[in-house]
Amino acid sequence: MAAYSLFDRVRRSEAASGVALISPTALYAILLLAAPLATVLIYSVMTDGPSVGVVWQLNFDNYAKVWTEPIYRAVMLRSLLVSFAVTAVTVILAYPVAYFVSFNVPASKKSLWLFLITIPFWTSYVIRVFIWKGIILGYNGVINQVLMGIGLTSEPLQAINYNVGAIIITLAHAYAPFAILPIFVSLEKIDRSLLEAGLDLGENRFLTFLRVTLPLSMAGVIAAVMIVFIPTVGDYVTPTLIGGGKVNMIANQIQVEMLKQHRMALGSAIAVSAMLIVCVICLVFLFLNRRFLGAQK
Amino acid sequence: MKFPVLRVYTVIYLIFLYAPIVLLPVFAFNSSKVIAFPLESFSTRWFAEMLTDDLLFRAAKATLIIAVSSSILATCLGVLAARASTRFRFPGKGGVMGLIMLPMILPDIIVAMSLLVVLLAIGINLSLLTVILGHVLICTPFSVAILTSAFQSLDNSLEEAAYDLGETPLSTFRLVILPLVMPGIVSSLLICFTISIDEYVIASFLGGNQTVLSVYIFGQFRFPAKVPAMLALGTILVALSIALLTIAEYFRRRGIAKTGAKDTGGFL
Repeated sequence: MAAYSLFDRVRRSEAASGVALISPTALYAILLLAAPLATVLIYSVMTDGPSVGVVWQLNFDNYAKVWTEPIYRAVMLRSLLVSFAVTAVTVILAYPVAYFVSFNVPASKKSLWLFLITIPFWTSYVIRVFIWKGIILGYNGVINQVLMGIGLTSEPLQAINYNVGAIIITLAHAYAPFAILPIFVSLEKIDRSLLEAGLDLGENRFLTFLRVTLPLSMAGVIAAVMIVFIPTVGDYVTPTLIGGGKVNMIANQIQVEMLKQHRMALGSAIAVSAMLIVCVICLVFLFLNRRFLGAQK
Repeated sequence: MKFPVLRVYTVIYLIFLYAPIVLLPVFAFNSSKVIAFPLESFSTRWFAEMLTDDLLFRAAKATLIIAVSSSILATCLGVLAARASTRFRFPGKGGVMGLIMLPMILPDIIVAMSLLVVLLAIGINLSLLTVILGHVLICTPFSVAILTSAFQSLDNSLEEAAYDLGETPLSTFRLVILPLVMPGIVSSLLICFTISIDEYVIASFLGGNQTVLSVYIFGQFRFPAKVPAMLALGTILVALSIALLTIAEYFRRRGIAKTGAKDTGGFL
């Protein structure tokens, strides 16, 4: 009887119910995400076999290759630079939009504005990227036609297509809502009376923004930076379509190694290296911000 | 009108956001083979040409099977995770939820290649099923995000009242909780469906010989002659996405109104 009631109590306990309820989803994520990621980690220190698959022989040659050979370093560096640029452009351009929706739009219209901002994000990525490449930035594209139409240039600019700049514009477009939403959420949480206090104490609007609003919304900005930075490093569609095979990023390199060359171990080492660098950059960024915010207080 | 500058800026930003999906139908309905201004004349020839390709129908069928299965599976997993995380406290919750939400920011290529490595290692042939496995993984976080806000706005006293009236946990869930979060579930199904239709990287890595719509469109873009027909197909897909999203947003708001919570806006 005692054993039964103990069992019963455990079964009815909050923790057990929670664990039981989440276990299917957790199991799915462990089997199809955590285990494959662990496999990639193991593959990255194995040796590529003569055909598809790896030979179970521990070595770190893959990492030596990825970190020293010029092509891999160039691709890695380009991916990081593109991501830095995209993150900076996206977050800086997104902040005023989030600010406008949070402070200047009446409460009843806010969700409509957010809905309008997120719609383009949910439409086909492949098609959107192609339109940037073929219709807007292309040789006969809208930008060139407008520039020629108003007489700024006499012939189409080559410089705006098939290059890093075009990749940055396209990615900044693709990840816009990822930057706007977290900043919006953090701005919404700010107690409006703090702003009034700032104004009452003789600060002007700009100084109040700089000393009250911006620091209080930093959490959202940091979230936005991470949410934009991490996926853009590994973006595949944009560099493939816009770069046209000439401006490769990490994802292209991984695809080439894994699917074309069948070098699973080397491909894994590239992926692990990239994610490791991204993690380190994110940690450094978080650390710097903590110090910066700490100094502010 | 305290800050007209901000309003103007935001409108310009929205034009930047909408430029691609506004230009898409403009060229899809233009009779010229050349994708550039000036426009020639209104024509539906590209829509007719698009329908002459048998591959399109096979790709559309594959896409539909994948999108329906992944949205249902991901929403089921999403309901469980969102309910567990909003109603119960248990050890390791932060870590588990972190893992479940990880695909939202992890680059698709990492998800795709790690699954591919494992599937090849255990000798599973690539098929529609393997794409579904991957899509469930990337749709679940969005489902959890939508459903968490649905479950969060539930009043716990409703559940307690049901217990006091003699209902079991299962019947309480079916009779009280499920109807209240139903709009969230519909919204999650539609969003997951939209994500799955548009997803490219996982579909191309794990699809094997099975071509889905996004992979088909990506391939056709290599041939300039096929581009107008692909813009026609793209117009249909974008219109479908917007219609589904609008319905999803309607259900999300109805769900919030039903539980009497304040609308905080947005899916994420």
